[in-house]
Amino acid sequence: MNFYERLMNLDRRWVYLVVGIAVIIPVLNPFRVPVYVTQEVKAIYDCVESLEPGDILFLAIDYDPQAMAEVHPMAKAIMRQCFAKDVKLIISALSQNGPGMAEQLISELSKEFGKKSGIDYCYLGYKPYFSIVILGMGQNFRIPFPTDYYGVPLDSLPMMRGVQNYDDVKVVIDISSGNITDYWIIYGNGRYNVKLAVGVTGVMTANYYPYLASGQIFGLMGGLKGASEYEVLSKQGDRAIKMMSIQTTAHIVIILFIVAGNIGYFMSRKKKIK
Amino acid sequence: MDLGTIIWNTVALFLTLCIFSFLYKDNPFYKFAEHLVVGVSAGYFAIILYFNGFLPKVWEPVTQRGEWWYLLPTILGMMTWARFSKKWSWISRFAIAFYMGIAVGVAIPLEMQQRVIKQLHATMLPVHFTNIQGVWNLLIMLGVLCGLIYFFFSMGHKGVVGGAARLGIWILMIGFGAGFGLTVMGRISLLADRITEIHNWYLMVTKALWGF
Amino acid sequence: MRRQLPIIIVFVSGAFMAIQYFIPHDAGVFFYEYGLDWIIVIGIFAMLLGIWSLFKVQLDKVVKRSPGWGYSVVALGGLFFMLIGGPLWGIEEGTPFMKVFWYIYTPIQATMFSLLAFYIASAAYRAFRARTVLATILLLTAMVIMLRLIPLGPISGPNQKLATWILMVPSMAANRAILIGIGLGIVATCLKIILGIERAYMGRD
Repeated sequence: MNFYERLMNLDRRWVYLVVGIAVIIPVLNPFRVPVYVTQEVKAIYDCVESLEPGDILFLAIDYDPQAMAEVHPMAKAIMRQCFAKDVKLIISALSQNGPGMAEQLISELSKEFGKKSGIDYCYLGYKPYFSIVILGMGQNFRIPFPTDYYGVPLDSLPMMRGVQNYDDVKVVIDISSGNITDYWIIYGNGRYNVKLAVGVTGVMTANYYPYLASGQIFGLMGGLKGASEYEVLSKQGDRAIKMMSIQTTAHIVIILFIVAGNIGYFMSRKKKIK
Repeated sequence: MDLGTIIWNTVALFLTLCIFSFLYKDNPFYKFAEHLVVGVSAGYFAIILYFNGFLPKVWEPVTQRGEWWYLLPTILGMMTWARFSKKWSWISRFAIAFYMGIAVGVAIPLEMQQRVIKQLHATMLPVHFTNIQGVWNLLIMLGVLCGLIYFFFSMGHKGVVGGAARLGIWILMIGFGAGFGLTVMGRISLLADRITEIHNWYLMVTKALWGF
Repeated sequence: MRRQLPIIIVFVSGAFMAIQYFIPHDAGVFFYEYGLDWIIVIGIFAMLLGIWSLFKVQLDKVVKRSPGWGYSVVALGGLFFMLIGGPLWGIEEGTPFMKVFWYIYTPIQATMFSLLAFYIASAAYRAFRARTVLATILLLTAMVIMLRLIPLGPISGPNQKLATWILMVPSMAANRAILIGIGLGIVATCLKIILGIERAYMGRD
């Protein structure tokens, strides 16, 4: 095997090792990379920033632990921004393993900002069949959620008095790692004209640009980059911003591997033709 | 930082390393962690269903508010359990049929409206050459049209249709390339988070042991 | 009757829900809301099917001492700990139930998916060859999108603009074409289910 054929056929464990080193180095020697803010993320920030104290924002935390790295910083930054502005939150968790994520986030931030359940926020929890739940909430939150996550009837919560459905909510932001986002767009925005923005994982981001272009959603945060952009704008947290340096080194390594593989391929092909 | 938190974080680190060991090869540590997560996730979900689902939607309405009609969907729900019996599995069809009917019934008008009509409407953009946006609008219209023609297999891809399908696959390749680039970012961020957590454990333990 | 009645139920409930969207009469809304409510209750019980199935499979392995039955004991142990711990200690933040969720379930799940970073790097290295024009287009587009995360000095600005243009114009057009195709497919499948042409959900006799 000549040099170019070897370049093309490196053992995968070498690739794993180099990627691992590329990720570890920025953790041990942190540095910052500039974060360019896009219009679609700024639109979400501007919307939340324009809310007045007492306005209600519906935050749908629809992701599982496997996507936590990318979208948890988004949910945290939005929640912190709302609590700092005394905007009230209604929170749901429609993915199977989402309730735990939401509970941890709410517990941590409510203690930090001195917020009380039922007064400053209402955590609805989980119900199965998210598409049906999204439709049900459009009629009345009490159809799928007669009580909140802690078992307290919604009617006895001060902030839920007079709050029936999406009409009483200024905006819905869905942070998701699966196809629940599709149903927020199709059922939530489609049937009830919900003003909707979404935060999704990197893998899903490209799929939602058609909805952004058509106006069915007004904002889109994509993956860790989207989370870092929101953190830059809101100045609420910096976990995603710190992790962008790791993204940078890992991407450089992967691009170099792709280039090396292609050089090996073309040079080997050239030698074979000769 | 109390001892309990340090112990729990150490358990989390151990399990993280068990999963990472799979990169070398399959081994008992990986299998242990894999089976543990399967059991824990099933148990977790069952309890969430109980506290968030059964208690507020069935038990409390029936026993505390006298809303006995909730027993009807409860019976339908229990009928789905007949799925496991070869002799009685036909009983589960009624509950499944009820769910399927409602789910597809609400889907038809909304899917048509949101995925098809609104998207087609958004594709009808003004095409002009007074500024660059008009050119991009033309590209978007052609891209959507040719992409749809590529997936239309009832007609042979020859002549004009073949040319449009060719342009369509080029546009689709740009879409897939963008998707791949974003996927790489997504996957790397998952790894970055775990390495950050391992580093945080190291900092926590060194601070607990040596105060810095 | 075992096959006809479910088909009739699907047709009646499906047609009602589809028509109700266009005729928001109070009576229609009443049945619509109750229909949604009932589905959620049915779902609570239907979701337990998966958990029972898991329990049976793992128990069978332990009883029959199949290869790897020790791991099934671990799975069952995790299952029972959560089933007992939840009602015993509650499910709020700080309880043993939530600690197991945070320090056992979450790291394992997150780490399993983080392995994909290695696999995607390896797959990109092996499979991403500019063999044809189409492969080259895909490769170059992916590179532009990946490069937007790397500070490139004076080239960063133009690269960001190019990446944004790719996402908002050609990539958006491609995804929109796929979306329209998916939408038409979903509507066609839903119609087939309502009209009784598609009956796979009923299973076999």
